[in-house]
Amino acid sequence: MRTEAQVTPSGRVIARRTALSSVRLTRRLHRILIYALLILGSIFYVLPFMWMISTSLKPSQEVFTFPPQFLPTYFQWRNYIEGWTALPFNTFLKNSLIVTCSNVVGNLISCCLVAYGFARLRARGKGLLFLMVLATLMIPREVTIVPTFILFSKLHLVNTLWPLILPAWFGYPFFIFLLRQFFMGIPLDLDDAARIDGASNLRILTHIILPLSKPALATVAIFAFVGNWNNLLDPLIYLRSTEKFTLAIGLNLFRGQYFTQYNQLMAVSILTLLPILVIFFVAQKYFIQGITLTGMGGR
Amino acid sequence: MQIALGRGLAFRRHKGTMSRSARREELEFYLFISPWLIGFLLFGAGPIVASALISFTDWSLLSSPHWIGIENYRRLVQDPLFYKALVNTIYFGAGSVILGVIVSFLLALLLNQKVWGMPLFRTIFYLPSVVAGIATALLWVNIFHPDFGMINYVLGLFGIQGPGWLQSEEWVIPALIIMSVWGAGNTMVIYLAGLQNIPEHLYEAAAIDGAGAWSKFWHVTVPMISPVIFFNLVTGFIASLQAFVLILVMTNGGPADASLVYGLYIYRQAFEYFDMGYASALAWVLFVLIILITALQFKFAQRWVYYEGDIRG
Repeated sequence: MRTEAQVTPSGRVIARRTALSSVRLTRRLHRILIYALLILGSIFYVLPFMWMISTSLKPSQEVFTFPPQFLPTYFQWRNYIEGWTALPFNTFLKNSLIVTCSNVVGNLISCCLVAYGFARLRARGKGLLFLMVLATLMIPREVTIVPTFILFSKLHLVNTLWPLILPAWFGYPFFIFLLRQFFMGIPLDLDDAARIDGASNLRILTHIILPLSKPALATVAIFAFVGNWNNLLDPLIYLRSTEKFTLAIGLNLFRGQYFTQYNQLMAVSILTLLPILVIFFVAQKYFIQGITLTGMGGR
Repeated sequence: MQIALGRGLAFRRHKGTMSRSARREELEFYLFISPWLIGFLLFGAGPIVASALISFTDWSLLSSPHWIGIENYRRLVQDPLFYKALVNTIYFGAGSVILGVIVSFLLALLLNQKVWGMPLFRTIFYLPSVVAGIATALLWVNIFHPDFGMINYVLGLFGIQGPGWLQSEEWVIPALIIMSVWGAGNTMVIYLAGLQNIPEHLYEAAAIDGAGAWSKFWHVTVPMISPVIFFNLVTGFIASLQAFVLILVMTNGGPADASLVYGLYIYRQAFEYFDMGYASALAWVLFVLIILITALQFKFAQRWVYYEGDIRG
């Protein structure tokens, strides 16, 4: 639009000014539209969560009423304290942190190596091996539960945190596939340039591929964190004694024992969610367009 | 460019014997994927083979399994619930994946705009997918309740008589699809990450060629993000065909098996009836079905998925 205005020799200044203001106007309309959509969507997405918060603050007798009452008559903050102290949630928190953090680190290291192999190196049998990566993703969980359990019990690792920690260091098919898709989107010229300079594959991975894949790495970190933080099935299978329990089982235990305390259940659920929200809020800053390939503008 | 050509030649030079650099590259490939390979041999292969063998046995977990040949598979072909579960699963899978992939892509585009307050909006849209599974299920049972639920209350304000949702044979699957779209934050995050990897200079080049917003979207954004769309389709289908935990908590397959999905049927056979043999046979049929669907998707992918760094080898 601006260029059109510039080519007219006569009355150039006026033409340019109207063009500019109309650009500004459409930009403003564009921005209003974005906010309208964001706010409308937020309502749909946040309302059930608001419901959860409001329930967590209600006195017991107000939890199930009709018509649904959105705000509690008074805020009963002690639901949070009573819920958290009803079971040893501090211990559960510690166990969850151990399992989750080692899973994030383990998955990032192992999956980056494996994905680099599949995305960048040539070898016979690669196609078949990649099919097997996908196959392990496809096999229904219910089937492998029993054989895997037998394996860990033979290793005398039942009722320890190890069955929840060890597998992460051997790569997770979902992340391998995800990272492979991202690595394959990075132009090959960059590797080749580094290869002329004598860089090894490991160096290409750590100095070229990984810095360009920050959004994908942030995604893996978030998913590994959330997936393990919320994992209920594996801890349920492998952990027996209360001092080994993670938050997810703690929450489920709470649900079984204090089912009538719906407000406290919601309060504890919200507390267990907070670390995830903090992690996501911090990690999402890597989702900013344009930083990753700025060095290649003149390519 | 020359280097890339050189690498290609290194592979093609000798037909029978591989060049030294090619052999070295192959060795490095196996070193790089060794974590997965070792893990697969330790934790993956064994259970997969074991489950295949179990599917040919009659095993109640308590007694030792005994071989019955293809009896489980013969029973499966005549089991009306097997077909019902299959139809329900495909209905739920197609609905939730197609709707989820589209909605989360649109959301990601929206959340990729540069306006003030975006970190907050991104967190809000991602929030539902992190709410711990069971809490979500309980919450939605509450929201979908035909008499006391929020949805029918809101519909009532507009004079609409809401359906029975989870208690209606007709509406239970649509209700579950709505819920799954609400929790599509993970797919959205993957798109959001994918959008960051599109180099700005492609948009600049398109703008110089006079491309409008729509044309930039179709000719830059879509092709560049196609590997990510492909990833979401493949993994979305796999996940939706296996989904059952939330459905177990919310409806337990009811009413009248209208929401009996395949994963739930396997779970029921395995951990309620302790019929491990039949459960394994069911799981293997699902496994083969998923492989077929995924293979089809990979075949079609060659037509529409574009990789900037494809080594074709």
